[in-house]
Amino acid sequence: MNGSDTSIMYGLMAEFETPTFLVEAARRTSNAGYQVIEIYTPFPVEGLEKFLGQRRNRLSLFALVGGCIGAISSYFLEYYSAVIDYPINVGGRPYHSWPAFIPATVELTILGAVLAIVLGLFLLNGLPRLNHPVFNVSQFDLATQDRFFLCVKASDSCFDKIETRRFLESLKPVNVHRVEK
Amino acid sequence: MPTESSNAEVGDKVSDLILIPQRRWLWHGAFGISAVLSVLFFLAIGYLFVVGVGIWGINIPVAWGFAITNYVWWIGIGMAGTFISAALLLFRQQWRTSISRSAEAMTVFAVAIAALFPLLHLGRPWFAYWLAPYPDTMNIWPQWRSALVWDFFAIFSYLIVSVLFWYVGMIPDLACLRDRARKRPAQIFYGLLALGWRGEARHWRRYQMASLLLAGLAVTLVFSVHSMVALAFAEGNTPGWHSTIFPPFFVVGALFSGFAMVLMLVIPVRAIFGLQDFITAQHLDSMAKVLLAVGLIITYSYVIEVFMAWYSANPYEIYTMQNRMVGAYAPLYWGMIFCNVLVLQALWFKRVRLNSIALFLVGTAVVVGMWLERFMLIVTSLHRDFLPSAWGMFSPTLWDWIILVGSMGFFAMLFLLFVRFLPVVSIFEIRRATSGTEKK
Repeated sequence: MNGSDTSIMYGLMAEFETPTFLVEAARRTSNAGYQVIEIYTPFPVEGLEKFLGQRRNRLSLFALVGGCIGAISSYFLEYYSAVIDYPINVGGRPYHSWPAFIPATVELTILGAVLAIVLGLFLLNGLPRLNHPVFNVSQFDLATQDRFFLCVKASDSCFDKIETRRFLESLKPVNVHRVEK
Repeated sequence: MPTESSNAEVGDKVSDLILIPQRRWLWHGAFGISAVLSVLFFLAIGYLFVVGVGIWGINIPVAWGFAITNYVWWIGIGMAGTFISAALLLFRQQWRTSISRSAEAMTVFAVAIAALFPLLHLGRPWFAYWLAPYPDTMNIWPQWRSALVWDFFAIFSYLIVSVLFWYVGMIPDLACLRDRARKRPAQIFYGLLALGWRGEARHWRRYQMASLLLAGLAVTLVFSVHSMVALAFAEGNTPGWHSTIFPPFFVVGALFSGFAMVLMLVIPVRAIFGLQDFITAQHLDSMAKVLLAVGLIITYSYVIEVFMAWYSANPYEIYTMQNRMVGAYAPLYWGMIFCNVLVLQALWFKRVRLNSIALFLVGTAVVVGMWLERFMLIVTSLHRDFLPSAWGMFSPTLWDWIILVGSMGFFAMLFLLFVRFLPVVSIFEIRRATSGTEKK
């Protein structure tokens, strides 16, 4: 615990018992000027958005692009195979029978969008990632149970080992943990 | 909603079911029976591969028998899972949270089993991949004007989407299990499945967005899947099939059998694992109400089928309806009416809706009734075509029965493994609902 070097430190983490305390703590941390904070909760907690400094949610863009890729590629495939590569005359029906091409296009549009959303969710959240500094905190297994954690990262410009610890302790947490890198 | 349990208790209760091995002779007994049936199922499939579809009762004119009946029935059962978790999520129905996980599992297993049947029915199942579009040396492409190809794309997409929907929905709960597990193998198993989820607030925001988007897409998909199944019938110029009511009729029928199956699964799971705090009588009541509402639409569809046959003044259509009511397969028709229309009316009474044994029986009746309906739709239309010279009968063989019962056993086995190894109730959603931070 005598490490004076912040390069081996990920941040300081305060542990709270209820979401109400957590939201209040997030508000005060944000007011105190800290910007690089991370909040860990066992379930989505409403009212934290404004402290996270999050940009627009880009998942819907992933969905749109994935859906378009699915639609265009499947329609193109149907057109290419039924009109250009291997035209078969079925009872005089037109080679480009577009209404019959719609069902498969619809299905693959949805499939494309869904795959893009799941991929986007993993990419944006940086998952899968089995190792992470916060897992070094022994109490952190409660973050998926009934405890709420607020971590001020050492990369924050306002971060100071002593001051930040003092500040976090003023928020009346259950505990303040040091997160090793 | 279970309001008394604290956040920790919810997680403890659900994860203890999995992490603390208990001697549950009911589970072991059920697993043994279903495992035997599953073995029979795969033996029958193996024999089918060796000998061919001649082991079934199908013939000309009745070229579609049990296999397609089972297919339509199983895929219909899957539908309620997506509906409960996705559509009710979009409508912000809180009561869905306790049952959505088992309903989604039901969907995944039912769709996977359903997808087997068209393949088995192909006659040469090892050529099933010809339905997929790929540039092969024979220069063969799928025929895009065929409803069979639409069906292939529909099931394929539905299977992938429901697996993803189920799995993504489970990630936070798998992380919860990882953190509660005390034994190393369990920690590694759940740790790998949880993909390093740690509940960061920004992640949760994206996660919620993803859930909503996936739900919206899944609902669209589920309706289209059943419409494709129905179009495979409606495209055929056969009396009793060639009808515009088929797509909505199939969608509603699917919802009907699916909700009944959810009841049949949830009631025993709740009793065996003591989950009455999470899956309350109120949840069963809500499901019973949905079942009743959907069942009334089904009743309406039956009436409309008869009306349209009469109103069309088409002698073949009229004959098909008459044949269903008084012909060789009439007992099936009236059995269907009994199960799907008459028994269902019991749900008007609150005492029935709150009695889990009565509800289980109604659910069983509906599941059986819907199977009879699918069988009746397929076989009665085929066995009396336009020309008397093309008339015939269908009677199932032992292998037909083994495959039907075996598929149920296999489904039961998968579901039992699910309740043993994965969280049956969505832990984080219940915690959120009970924490009181949810926006009303």
